[in-house]
Amino acid sequence: MQLTAKELKAYYKEIVSMVEEQKDYLCELDRKIGDGDHGVTMSIGWQAVNEKLDNELVAEEDCAKVSIMVGKTFLSAVGSSVGPLYATGFMRGAKAVKGKTVIEDKDLAEFWIAFARGIKERGQAEVGDKTMVDTLEPFANELEAKFAESGEFLPAFTDAVAAAKAGMESTKELVSKRGRSSRLGDRSIGAQDPGATSAYMILATFLNFVQAKTEQAI
Amino acid sequence: MKKLMNDSRYVVEEMVEGYVKAHPDLIKQLPENDRALVTAKETREGKVGVLIGGGSGHEPGFLGYVGEGMADGVAVGNIFASPSPDPILEVTKAIDKGAGVVYLYGNYAGDVMNFGMAAEMADLEEDIEVGMALATDDVASAPKEEKEKRRGIAGEFFIFKATGAAADFGYNLEDVVRVAKKANENTRSMGVGLTPCSLPQTGEPSFEIGDDEMEIGLGHHGEPGVEKGPLQSADEVTERLVNDILEDIEINSGDKVAVLVNGLGSTSRMELYTMFRKVEQMLSELGIEIYRSYVGDYITSLEMGGASITLMKLDDELIKTIDHPVNCPMFVQK
Repeated sequence: MQLTAKELKAYYKEIVSMVEEQKDYLCELDRKIGDGDHGVTMSIGWQAVNEKLDNELVAEEDCAKVSIMVGKTFLSAVGSSVGPLYATGFMRGAKAVKGKTVIEDKDLAEFWIAFARGIKERGQAEVGDKTMVDTLEPFANELEAKFAESGEFLPAFTDAVAAAKAGMESTKELVSKRGRSSRLGDRSIGAQDPGATSAYMILATFLNFVQAKTEQAI
Repeated sequence: MKKLMNDSRYVVEEMVEGYVKAHPDLIKQLPENDRALVTAKETREGKVGVLIGGGSGHEPGFLGYVGEGMADGVAVGNIFASPSPDPILEVTKAIDKGAGVVYLYGNYAGDVMNFGMAAEMADLEEDIEVGMALATDDVASAPKEEKEKRRGIAGEFFIFKATGAAADFGYNLEDVVRVAKKANENTRSMGVGLTPCSLPQTGEPSFEIGDDEMEIGLGHHGEPGVEKGPLQSADEVTERLVNDILEDIEINSGDKVAVLVNGLGSTSRMELYTMFRKVEQMLSELGIEIYRSYVGDYITSLEMGGASITLMKLDDELIKTIDHPVNCPMFVQK
């Protein structure tokens, strides 16, 4: 599989639309355990990214530079805790594909593993803390293991997204240990973590995007 | 939800614009970043710069506390969200007068990451020395054994006040940070929530609560507290809050404290002074001297209903800082 910068930008556009559709749902999840603004925050950030995609980034052909700009723009627009987390993810991903105008299977695997592990490092959370890491850590481990076996990105990524989904769903049963919701203690049980959910959505959107691309090719 | 606003996407920008235009003699917006505000009166050469910041929606926190005797600059975030590193870094550059800059903010995951990233950039890219002190005054947010996990709420006001004074006295960065940390160590708050606020962008209440209920320990962003129950009298609630504080920090007969009874946005002064009355009764029975009192809306949560009580235990150095005059757009002390 090959992805050009143009296609990568098209994927980022898909996130913009996805976030607008899911904004209310993410706020609803956040109201149960936080201050109810996760969807709004994501929307502010991705709308800012959208503007860059429509302007400064139109002619950009370097996949890494596109992703760096996405991360920086998102961070600058939102701050908050998701700002540094997702920004670090996209910027670490960018580092894994430095200088490339076309990214291939191995690059894609490295991009997403760096994305997930970068976020974990920035937030210092562990699996079980009821955060994005519950989605991202099993995802990165599965992607790494499956890609090492097959060397093919799409099937490995498909399995990894399934692991991400299971991780996201596991947050329902967890007691929050990080962020504002940690003060809820046992009362956080039963609510799915909004950060774990938006992280899954970003990954699932990429899966849909590459699946659609593969089908078109056939 | 009823609010006087225009497009919900621009509430912060429009507030900042109005604020800067209302106080041109006191506040200046940096051309590099709309969310970076500094004192109109240039920070003195050789003085440690004091930078505060956090989410919007807590006014007068945080932008209201920029001025002589308090902070030199503020980085303004979105509603209830930490500012990004960009405005923090711009303010840092503007207020560094060769003696370094201290960052003061509440202990929230987002603030810790954004201020941390900005401090790294200030060091690497600008060669500016940055010190940091976090506010962790909210007793309800974590047990005593995990004090470092606690959030900052209204007690941040005392920490800004003490640190701003220390910087104004001409202390070096190390000493300014020491005073900031000492102020935090000696400050405890407990709050009660009665009615939720709503975010301009969603219009939804920030938490759910019955008409006849209150929530002890409710967070400043509507994070659930430690106990939800039927609404009690002002005296009963005040007693509960003050006792929780006194169980957490040793304050003995003969000690001096500063007291802050803080409204969360839509609580009347009548209610706040009624609470203060009880605080005063309790402390005087214990022989604790109220050295200075502050009653009003100091750090709010939009139009949330409820209040918090903060005590800062004072030693001679903190007394000196609490006495220091201040001239800010939203707070003046002569």
